[in-house]
Amino acid sequence: MQTKTTKAFYLIPYYVWIVLFVVAPIALIAYYSFFDLSGNFTLDNYQNFFTSVYLKLTLSSFWYAFLITFFTLLIAYPTAYLLTKTRHKQLWLLLIIIPSWINLLLKTYAFIGIFGLYGPVNAFLNVFGLEETQILFTDFSFVFVSVYIFIPFMILPIFNSLDKLNPSLMDASRDLGASSWTTFSKVILPLTINGVKAGIQAVFIPSLSLFMITRLIAGNKVITLGTAIEQQFLVTQNWGMGSTIAVFLIIFMVIIMIITGQRDKGAYANGKNK
Amino acid sequence: MSDNTIIRFENVTKSYDAETTVLKNINLELERGKFYTLLGPSGCGKTTILRLIAGFMQPTSGSIYFNGKLINNVPANERQVNTVFQDYALFPHLNVFENVAFGLRIKKLGKKVIEQKVIEALKFVNLVGYEKREIAEMSGGQRQRVAIARAIVNDPEIILLDEPLSALDLKLRSEMQYELRELQQRLGKTFIFVTHDQEEALAMSDEIFVLNEGEIEQSGTPMDIYDEPINRYVADFIGESNIVSGTMVADFRVKIGDKEFECVDQGLNPNEKVDIVIRPEDLEITAVDKGKMKVKVDTQLFRGVHYELSTYDDEGNEWLVHSTKKADVGASIGLDFDPEAIHVMRLNETEEEFDKRLESYGEDAYAN
Ligand SMILES: Nc1ncnc2c1ncn2[C@@H]1O[C@H](COP(=O)(O)OP(=O)(O)OP(=O)(O)O)[C@@H](O)[C@H]1O
Ligand SMILES: [Mg+2]
Repeated sequence: MQTKTTKAFYLIPYYVWIVLFVVAPIALIAYYSFFDLSGNFTLDNYQNFFTSVYLKLTLSSFWYAFLITFFTLLIAYPTAYLLTKTRHKQLWLLLIIIPSWINLLLKTYAFIGIFGLYGPVNAFLNVFGLEETQILFTDFSFVFVSVYIFIPFMILPIFNSLDKLNPSLMDASRDLGASSWTTFSKVILPLTINGVKAGIQAVFIPSLSLFMITRLIAGNKVITLGTAIEQQFLVTQNWGMGSTIAVFLIIFMVIIMIITGQRDKGAYANGKNK
Repeated sequence: MSDNTIIRFENVTKSYDAETTVLKNINLELERGKFYTLLGPSGCGKTTILRLIAGFMQPTSGSIYFNGKLINNVPANERQVNTVFQDYALFPHLNVFENVAFGLRIKKLGKKVIEQKVIEALKFVNLVGYEKREIAEMSGGQRQRVAIARAIVNDPEIILLDEPLSALDLKLRSEMQYELRELQQRLGKTFIFVTHDQEEALAMSDEIFVLNEGEIEQSGTPMDIYDEPINRYVADFIGESNIVSGTMVADFRVKIGDKEFECVDQGLNPNEKVDIVIRPEDLEITAVDKGKMKVKVDTQLFRGVHYELSTYDDEGNEWLVHSTKKADVGASIGLDFDPEAIHVMRLNETEEEFDKRLESYGEDAYAN
């Protein structure tokens, strides 16, 4: 028989983990955000954040995160839909998931090669008589590589929700006179919206704080909250300001999580259970 | 083909994969405004026929006509057909009202009209007051009724019902049977009803199609099928029967075991081997010396309306008897029956040959 104390005992590692790796770092960040360069307590960091420089930064971060999420969704939804229609869908899904196991840095470097001045893309453009152009260090290459990297994280939740969809619901919709488009907008999309939300969460939030891809692919062309934090900590050594940006980043993330949070209607919501 | 034909299948076959043919050369003609039932065991192709009519898939070969027009390639949303799905297929993200209103909204009807029609449909299925409920909060039987309401509210030419009453309790079920039949007659629409409950089929239909492994074994009115099953399969499926092998000695004379009985069948070859059906309710218990047959009572069950006796004759054939009279288990009793109670079925007779033979008997034999 399990008593309350033994249950609490099993939970100890969990609590230790949470305190050490979640609560403590956040508390530390919040703590540091109240100090200036010379270690005096101050609220200036917060005031600074609301100056045009940082607000612009925030806006640009959101804009890029939005672009990345938008294009990822645009590609992932139809792909996930087609996947559910294929014969060996689990195999195809695996093929799409596998690249996400490869180290992010490796993939990013690969793109530096591909997009570089002497890379295959430029070689290909040459065939058509086009001049070699700098593809790296542009907004385009940044969004492109980010979309590539995030696609599996969007496909997976959408695929799962589509796969759970009861196919006779589509028949029922058609039966009641709905065109393919109406069936999509009135039945398929509402019933897979949780998958879409989960996908948006999994893409939008990390893209807000991207910095490595930003640095390597976009150079200094794109400055986001992620690169700003990196710069404050590593270059300017202004831990206070870096922490302040991080605090805001965390707040934004929480807000996004709440917005895209799941309205839980239980297992029935996907329609497959009777 | 008469003017009244609404659906016609011409040599329709359907296979999902290369190995198996689910429907084998189906030919049928359905008239406007009638109640049809597809009856058959699980997996015989009932749902497949409905899906072909609804337009969720195309036949592998053959043609389907609707009002005389070939509709093989007409998509489901352009067909004047609505379906009550076997698994209900209600939209889980919409409440009861919105589920029923789904088709009406697509037709872009006015708000008032929609509301009035939905309430009327819900009234029919006894679900007034449940408009705001989520589907997840409805019981199986209630969901089934929402599905019925969602189909009838669109006022289609044909309503397909795939086992729409299977989840209801006995009382509600027979109530809905009456009401569906009544609704069908009031609307004058064509209903195609699927069931594997033969009593339900007999009670509701104008015409029944008995299916077996993707083929139509027999079609006809409930009376025809019950009284004159074409073969062992139909006789067995359509109700409890005693089916034994026998020999046609001459016209009107049939031999079971070593006893000869009078019957009403004729035109068969002398000494032709046949199957013989006698319904349990056509057998009457009498004294041993008065009966045409002598049997021994093996078991007796009280079934409410009647007793069901399992009895055996001297040759070991089992005879089920439905009787309002009680008998003693282990006792010998006599069984009496009319010549009309004996139904003779030729082996491997096609439906066409069968119908021709029945016609040749003339009407007088069936006057009673
Ligand atoms: N999508 C499918 N792919 C392959 N085979 C199928 C498919 N749908 C049905 N079948 C097969 O076709 C046959 C007929 O199926 P159908 O659903 O028409 O049966 P049914 O008469 O409605 O049975 P039940 O009374 O159990 O609903 C079955 O053997 C079934 O396994
Ligand atoms: Mg079925």
